[in-house]
Amino acid sequence: MPEKDKKQGTNISRRNFLKGVGTGTVAATVAPSVLIGSEKAAEAQAGDAIANATIELNINGKSYQVEVEARTTLLTVLRDGIDTGGNNIDLTGAKLICDRGECGGCTVMVDGKSVYACMMLAIDAQGKQITTVEGLADGDDLHPVQEAFIQHDALMCGFCTPGFIVSSAALLNENANPTMEEIKVGLSGNTCRCGTYPFIFDAVKTASRKV
Amino acid sequence: MEKFSYVNATSLEQVTSLLSESGWGEVMLIAGGTDLLAELKEYIETPKTLVNLKTLPGMDSIEVDASGLKIGALATVADIAMHPTIQHHYTVLSQAAGSVATPQIRNVGTLGGNLCQRPRCWYYRDESTDCLKKGGDICYAVDGLSKYHAILGGDPVYIVHPSDLAPALIALGASIKIVGPAGEKTMSLEEFFTLPAANPFRENVLEPNEIVVEVSVPVPKPNTKSFYLKAREKGAPDFALSSVAGVFEMDGKTCKTASIVLGGVAPAPWRSKEAEAAVTGKMIDESVSQQAGADAVKDAEPLNDNMYKVTLTRNLVSRAAMMAAS
Repeated sequence: MPEKDKKQGTNISRRNFLKGVGTGTVAATVAPSVLIGSEKAAEAQAGDAIANATIELNINGKSYQVEVEARTTLLTVLRDGIDTGGNNIDLTGAKLICDRGECGGCTVMVDGKSVYACMMLAIDAQGKQITTVEGLADGDDLHPVQEAFIQHDALMCGFCTPGFIVSSAALLNENANPTMEEIKVGLSGNTCRCGTYPFIFDAVKTASRKV
Repeated sequence: MEKFSYVNATSLEQVTSLLSESGWGEVMLIAGGTDLLAELKEYIETPKTLVNLKTLPGMDSIEVDASGLKIGALATVADIAMHPTIQHHYTVLSQAAGSVATPQIRNVGTLGGNLCQRPRCWYYRDESTDCLKKGGDICYAVDGLSKYHAILGGDPVYIVHPSDLAPALIALGASIKIVGPAGEKTMSLEEFFTLPAANPFRENVLEPNEIVVEVSVPVPKPNTKSFYLKAREKGAPDFALSSVAGVFEMDGKTCKTASIVLGGVAPAPWRSKEAEAAVTGKMIDESVSQQAGADAVKDAEPLNDNMYKVTLTRNLVSRAAMMAAS
């Protein structure tokens, strides 16, 4: 990791400190759209400048309270975030790869649409329904896209797979019966360096018959 | 990224007031953030405050009426690409929007952000390079690696404007509404963009305390054909090496009026009056279309590595003209 990126670490010491003094409960007293978790919560108004905030995120149908800096990305919260109860969020399905919105490894759904979690501030994800690859299966029942990826052997190293699966599910949300060309366009924001594209496209075609 | 504080916008007056507190770079606006966050991650910009525009109500609408289109600055690129009326009657805009980046970026990137995005030049985007665009003394593309740089209008900064929507909207005769502390003003989108000879540091005429709020597009004339042709280095999503937005008012194979605007070849969307003149009033055939292509690039001054853009642009313009006649 470049030296510079270490500067934007996840504020662990502050978070642990706040956890220790029980600040987490403050958030519950604040309207969800206003987002402050500090001692100044009661005075916070829309339009105030926020440096740190306790935000509420709805991820895979579950609500999480997380202390973040304004600059913290959604991807950082998913992978490395600790909620105000001290639990790791630990949703590492979305991968940190390019961190510039180019590779698609961090793709998640926000309100049903695919987005790059590395290029969205966590603060901007408040009030939205966030779905990661971990949220697609229903218990032991895999999502049709996941089943089709297994059936078509649509991966080699597998590092890009979570992003591709979420993009595929988002595509089928919008277009339940895409043509091969529409599949290629729909998945054009994801990169597979192993080159398993033909298998991935076939898997999405198969999944589209089951969705 | 450096730390910044974050403010939810409550009104345009509040936004322009916050922007008026400093010059460029201290207070910045965030909507989709897909370009801005990349700049913050590379330390190209280190704002103290980001103002979140997404809390401003009603600015993401796309309205269609008898006078044309009104698109709010917060409308996403995906919404523009998928809008049925835009697909049918403003084809060049729909095609341009569909060609922007990837589904993930189109889902969050906005019209205002696409028009105001910063250049992709690798010298500009490199934190450690103090280039002319960032207040240094040299545009390194002139003697350096210039494969993706300007062939038209470059002096003294050879960036290309990366927007796909801008050429399409200019070809359609769009105007842009801007709000500042003194109120709102409207100008043609063509006049919004500037060349480095006028201002090497910015790509448009926005003042530090102004904000883009809306783009209006008049209804195209009857029998209009429009296209966005975009050449990329690879089949996958990418910025344009060269692009042509063409809007042709046709009478059979005869072109009554034409707007031809180039992307990816100049520091601003480049209206080719020469190519327009070559087809206007003419029955478009092979030789007229080739003349239009040749005229579009007759003033081109390629750098060391981008001679190919001259050929590419010439052929794209010719192809667009032939498509209008077919």
